Formats: sequence, C-alpha cells, structure tokens
Amino acid sequence: MSSSLTARRSPGSRVSSPAARGSRDSVTRNNLSGWGFAAPFLAFFLVFLVWPIVYGIYMSLTGKSLTGANDSLIGFANYAEAFVDADMWRSLGNTLYFTVISTVPLVLVALVMAALLNVGLPAQWLWRLSYFAPYLLASTVVSLFFTWMYNPQLGLINDALSKIGIPKIAWLNDPNVAMWAIVIATLWWTVGFNFLLYLAAMQNIPAQHYEAASLDGAGAWRQLFSITLPQLVPTTVMIVLLQVLASLKIFDQVYQMTAGGPGGSTRPVVQYIFETGFTGYRLGYSAAISYIFFGLIVLVSAIQFVITRRRSA
Amino acid sequence: MATQTLNRATLGTSTSPAVRQPHRKMSAGKVAAVIVAAVIAVLWLVPFAWATVTAFKSETDAASPKINWIPPSGFTADAFVKVFQDGNIPLWTWNSLYTSAAITAVTLVISSLVAYALSRIDFKGRKVLMTVIIASIIVPPPVLIIPLFYQMLALHMIDTSWAIILPQVIHPAMVFVLKKFFDQIPRELEEAAVMDGASRMRIFTQIILPLSRPILAAVAIFVFIGAWNNFLWPFIATNDPSLLTLPVGLQTIKSAYGIQYAQNMASALLAALPLILVFLFFQRQIIKGVATTGLAGT
Repeated sequence: MSSSLTARRSPGSRVSSPAARGSRDSVTRNNLSGWGFAAPFLAFFLVFLVWPIVYGIYMSLTGKSLTGANDSLIGFANYAEAFVDADMWRSLGNTLYFTVISTVPLVLVALVMAALLNVGLPAQWLWRLSYFAPYLLASTVVSLFFTWMYNPQLGLINDALSKIGIPKIAWLNDPNVAMWAIVIATLWWTVGFNFLLYLAAMQNIPAQHYEAASLDGAGAWRQLFSITLPQLVPTTVMIVLLQVLASLKIFDQVYQMTAGGPGGSTRPVVQYIFETGFTGYRLGYSAAISYIFFGLIVLVSAIQFVITRRRSA
Repeated sequence: MATQTLNRATLGTSTSPAVRQPHRKMSAGKVAAVIVAAVIAVLWLVPFAWATVTAFKSETDAASPKINWIPPSGFTADAFVKVFQDGNIPLWTWNSLYTSAAITAVTLVISSLVAYALSRIDFKGRKVLMTVIIASIIVPPPVLIIPLFYQMLALHMIDTSWAIILPQVIHPAMVFVLKKFFDQIPRELEEAAVMDGASRMRIFTQIILPLSRPILAAVAIFVFIGAWNNFLWPFIATNDPSLLTLPVGLQTIKSAYGIQYAQNMASALLAALPLILVFLFFQRQIIKGVATTGLAGT
C-alpha cells in the first residue's frame, strides 16, 4: 500500500517502485478514485461551463431570437454584421477607454495606500478598514452612494467644488465627464482589493533587506525606491494584468449609474451583449458579440501569459 | 488584538521596530505618511458618512439644495422604518444569504475533492484535466450569459434559486489554489493511515481537510463575497420579486423610490451592513483570504 502511495507522489512515473510495477489493480484503483473525486466538479463544469461555451458558439451561428424566430444556421452572418455594427464598435471602444483610464489610478492609488501603511502607521486596522471596506459593497450600493453624491443640484461633490470656485458639473449627464465619474466611483469601490495585494507583497519582502539598508544609512525614501518598489515589479505586473481583465468586464456600475448614457457614451460591450440579447431579443447576434468580446479577453490573457513567462524565464 | 499578527507582518519587518527607524528623520516622514493616509481615509469614508447622514434625514431635508451635515429639522429614523415596513430588504438579505451560502458550500465540496485528486492521485488523464481547468480560468462570465440563460430556460430553472446557485459554483481558479495548498502537505502524514488500510475518502476527510482549514476559509470568504455581490447573473436569472438577491432588489428600489433620497440611502446602508459586520468580526481572515486567493485570478 505504501508503495502505491509512493508511486502517486510522482505523477508521470507511475512505476517508481518495484512493488507498484505491474500492479494493475492499483493503477485501475487510482484511475477509478481519481475520476471519482473529480466527478462532482466535472459534472458542474461540463453542464454549466463547457456546454454553454459550446452551445454559445452554435447560437452565434444561428438567427435565434427570444421571440422564437429563426433557429436555423446562418453561418457567419452575425459576425459579419457585428463587424460593420457601429454600436458594437462604440461599446468596445468605451470598454477599452474605461480599461485604460481606470487601470492607472486603480494600480497607482493602491500602491500609494500600501506604501503608506508599510511605513508602520499606528492603528493599522483603521486604515485597512477605511481603504478596503468599499470593496465589500455590492455594485448597487456603490451606485446608489455615488448617484447621490454626483447629483448636480443636491450632490456633495458639486457643493465641495463650488467652495473652491469650480462651477457645477453634470457628472453623469455630460458625455465628456460621465466615464470619468464612473472611473472615480470604481476607484473608490475596488482599489482596496489591489491595495491588499500590494500590502501582502510588501510584507513578503525579507526584513533583512531593510536592515542591511539601514546599516548603510539608507532612509525611508531611499528604502522605498531601492528595495520596496523594485521587489514589487512582479506583483505590479500581475495586478495590472488582473486589473485590465477585470476592467474589460465592466457592466454593473455603468448600467446602474448611467444605463450606458448619456447618448451611449458610457455603454460598455457587456451591456451591448445584454441589450441585444434581452431587450433586442436577438440571442444569436448577442452570442456572436459575446465571442468577439471573448476573443479580446483571450488576446489580453495571451499577452499576460507571454509577459509572465518571459519574466519567470 | 486579533490583528496583531498581521500588523507586525504588514510592517514588512519581523524584528524590532527600532531596526526600521534608526534615524530621527524617519519620524518626520512618518508624520507626513500619517497625514496623507488620513486624507485618503477621509475621502474613502465620506461616501459612507454622507449616506448615513442622508438616511437619517427627513425627505424634505434630504432634498434641500443646501448641504446639511446636521439637518435643520433634526435626525430621524423615518426612512429606515419605511424601508423596513416595505419588507423587501429583509427578504432580499435572506435570499442573498442562503444563495451565497449554498454557492460557497457546493464550491468548497466539489473544488476540494477535485483538487485532492489532482494533487494526490495518479490517475490517467490527470494532466489533461488540470490543463483544461486552468485554461477555463480565462472564460469571462459575461460571455456565458446568453447561452446560460437559454439553457436555464430549457431546464425550466429561470425564476428559481437553482438558476442563481448552480452556475456560480464553478471556480477553476479556486481549484488551482486548493491544489497548490494540498501539494505542500507532507505525504508522510498520510502514510501511517495508508498502512492502516484507510480509504482515500478517509484520508481526505480526516487528514487533508483538517490540515487545510486556512485555505478552505480563504476560498470560502472569496467565493462568498463574490456571490453576495454578484449582480449580472442573478439579475438575468430571476424576475420574481420574492427571489431577488439584495443587489438586484436594490436596483428595482432605486427606480421605485425615485427621488426619495433618504429612503434610497437607508436601503443602501441596510444592504451594506451584513458584509461590513462580517468584516469587522473576521477582518484578519478576510484580508488574508483576499491576499492568498486574489492573485490566483478572479
């Protein structure tokens, strides 16, 4: 028995000990128990992940609609239509725009927050609580908070701005400002997550590095720039890529705060998928746009893969 | 005191604080850090504070164009009373609670089982399975809403809690996190049990799982918060007002109450309360949970 355990220890070389060699029973037993343990997960995985992916591809090749119209295959017509659909391109553009302008503050502010705490402030829990707590809120709560603060007449933000002489801004109703308003709300809501990842990475930097630096007379700033920041490069790469992938999926707060407006200026691609499917009833077309979006995500993930590979190589 | 362990770790040094601050200069820097940190903290707390103040105003005061941190006609809990009488928030909280708990429980069971197999059992197809599960991490949930909705329709699950729960129990990244943790448990611990002829299931439940409590807690927290706050899928999967989860229900309130600012803020605060309370009690575990599972992908 213990020999078969030894064998399991090194997957790929099933016959690592003489006793296990030729022991067909134990091989069969392993196969059975292995798939047995995997079975419950696999069942959910196949039914609620793999099948929808496959079926979605099929749907994207049909004219399927919620009103029960055309179920038959129409080839790549949906994709061809999407490629000349100005609304789709606009929603993709909005998504990319949001991703670019949100990722920078979501990473930098998180880094600043973590670096501040890393100095060793008193009452750590208080800072962590205030920076991280918004992350625990549902998007709807965040949207309610910010819609209220952005209110052009009654809102706290315009009131504060007026005190320093800045005229009222129609935060969620001005097409030039609305996306930034959403970025600010998103920053407040989710930066705590990146902040915690940075904090965890900082606490993993060996104390000896700082001790050695202090002996050499390096001050806090010097230590920050010569030790902390360089050690955080891999973490930063990870956080940026995770943030990009998260930002590309933006939907909730836009839908709840501006419903994609004004004039479609904030509508992201996920909302376009949702609308073509559930309010336009065009499931097939909606599925096709989903897969164009999926392609974008795969592309970003591939870039991530190449970058992280190169880093670890 | 519960936070002490992490506090020390957070400082980035395990040795005496004196080592980190050998120069008097540091304290000036520290003062500056405290000031900047405090400014950020205030900015981050203002939305909570303003929502709370608004929720305790009369609707008239709330709708006043003059910003009042202290309302002219005094504070009142009217908005909370109205929201509570309305009855939806408690119902939706309950819906969120049991669907999130179910999602978390099922996720933990099926993910730890498959992670155990991937970590410890040398079965045929193991590598392929592992590759497929890791590859599936990149599938963004919004891509699946159309086919999943259609599938749920075919299964007659739309407008049932099953539709909310079932598709949310698959977390390939968490399988990966668990497998990596199981990999680190020394095999020697199992060998005695194997000698005694213990079955795999027995080894899994009596040896592996008890040793894995920290990671199981981390995964549970991560999955629970995600499920509790998920909006898009429950929004699509249910229309029945009695089945709505808190985030989806709140969205309907927003349009229903229209310009009832105090009531809007009162419902938002009531919705925020459960997770904030949970956070206050389990701060350390939550922070560790996010930090350990967070980088595995969301």
